[in-house]
Amino acid sequence: MRRYPSAGSWRMALRKAGQGSAFSLFWMAGIAATAVMLAVVGYVVVKGAPQLSPDFFTTSPRGGLSGEGGIASTIVTTFYLVLMTLLVAAPLGVCAAIYMVEYAGATRSHLAVGFLRVARFGVETLAGIPSIIFGLFGYALFVTALHFGFSLLSASLAGACLILPVVIRTAEEALKAVPAGYREASLSLGANRWETIRKVVLPSALPGLTTGLILGVGRVLSETAVFYVTLGGSYRTPTSILSSGRTMALHVYYLAMETRAFEKAMATGAVLILLIIAVNLAINMVSRRLSASMRG
Amino acid sequence: MSDEHRLRTEGYSLFYGSFRALNDITVDIPANAITSIIGPSGCGKSTFLRSFNRMNELIPGVRITGRVLLDGEDIFLEDVVALRKKVGMVFQRPNPFPKTIFDNVAYGPRIHGARDRGGLAALVERSLRDAALWDEVKDDLQKSALALSGGQQQRLCIARALAVEPEVILMDEPASALDPIATLRIEELLQALKQKYTIVIVTHNMQQAARVSDFTAFMMTDEQRAGNLVEFGPTKQIFTTPRDRRTEDYISGRFG
Repeated sequence: MRRYPSAGSWRMALRKAGQGSAFSLFWMAGIAATAVMLAVVGYVVVKGAPQLSPDFFTTSPRGGLSGEGGIASTIVTTFYLVLMTLLVAAPLGVCAAIYMVEYAGATRSHLAVGFLRVARFGVETLAGIPSIIFGLFGYALFVTALHFGFSLLSASLAGACLILPVVIRTAEEALKAVPAGYREASLSLGANRWETIRKVVLPSALPGLTTGLILGVGRVLSETAVFYVTLGGSYRTPTSILSSGRTMALHVYYLAMETRAFEKAMATGAVLILLIIAVNLAINMVSRRLSASMRG
Repeated sequence: MSDEHRLRTEGYSLFYGSFRALNDITVDIPANAITSIIGPSGCGKSTFLRSFNRMNELIPGVRITGRVLLDGEDIFLEDVVALRKKVGMVFQRPNPFPKTIFDNVAYGPRIHGARDRGGLAALVERSLRDAALWDEVKDDLQKSALALSGGQQQRLCIARALAVEPEVILMDEPASALDPIATLRIEELLQALKQKYTIVIVTHNMQQAARVSDFTAFMMTDEQRAGNLVEFGPTKQIFTTPRDRRTEDYISGRFG
């Protein structure tokens, strides 16, 4: 017996209409979101492009209200800062992750398990803290208390604190993704834990570890708040690790807020966007190579 | 086959925390023969096998009582690296390293200090020959081990274990992840290897135990779910005239 003898056709029409409107809604949302993103990138690139010339890359900012000059010194500063931050954060983060996965994760001692819990909680909390807090911490500790001043040193230490959570998290995931069978095989052949980590685990985890470090690079490239209060803002090319300086992202801020050269801020922004796109492409390439090498 | 015994356990029990996984096992494993360990799932076969090279120590909270002896020496008093050099292992799933075929086989010898190139190359060739893989891979030793088929990978893992020049080889269901033809090749290989090595193999395939092994140990859980050794003897006797009722029930397929 049919319970809704007459409902069939209009019910079906209603369902069809529902499907249709839902689909067009999602379609429009997708278009709108993509359009917004493209608009941001497009606006910056279009506005900045006329300023881009070989000179722009090879001359340094001249300071002052007019905002004359290019971005040469800020490129150098950015490069130094990325390098120094990685130099601090990479060994520290990777070693911490090795401890968490390979040692603490393999025992039941209360100390290790307790430490692991605190470390995981810390890493997750730190990842969600606004970056200016890292800046304040870096200012208080490195700039003031340790008398490093506004310098590459202070900024890279504060930057390392900023990217440590992401480096540790990705390194942890990369190490966990190494099949347990590799470790067992190595140990069963008479290798000790350290030999196993060095010769089997780390090489297998290398693409994942690299991905984490590149993510860190992207973070340093795009960060402003932390470096605003630790790096100072000198537009000169740094001469030592105690030199002040400004990264490209900081330079955008200074140009926009303290000079009349708004279009140069846009141009610098465009260069930054291209750089970050390149970094993301690098991540994709590394992870693709990871899956390829795992297939043999 | 000889009457010599290489491996022996005495009143050996193993605990995960307070749970007793292996209960008071005493057995002599004969040298230069293949001993298979059979029994229903979860009876502690693999755990027992992993006792002989102390792999259970990797699991947090494991405790043991009793003794395990290799050539009369208590293995728990020995250096674990020295022990694992003498007692090699092949795992259930082929687990070659993501390295070249050559580097896989050379891994163990290098860990133990082999530096001489010519010697290493000879050792790799001999190990691959003994594992019946040489003819298939001799022209591309620099190829990734992960490009080999499953059966080839497992023979590579056997070669890798042989390269350390062990006395005993433990095999944890070495053919369970392989197709019938690859399985057959592994079984033939075992017959050749037992001239030189003492082999202990865990299998849940009774036909395989009957085909390949000289001695068989039958294990089963008791009421407390602890693994017990029910019966040990020549394979022929275990499969034709078992002394224990439970062994007979198991091999005749009444449970398990």
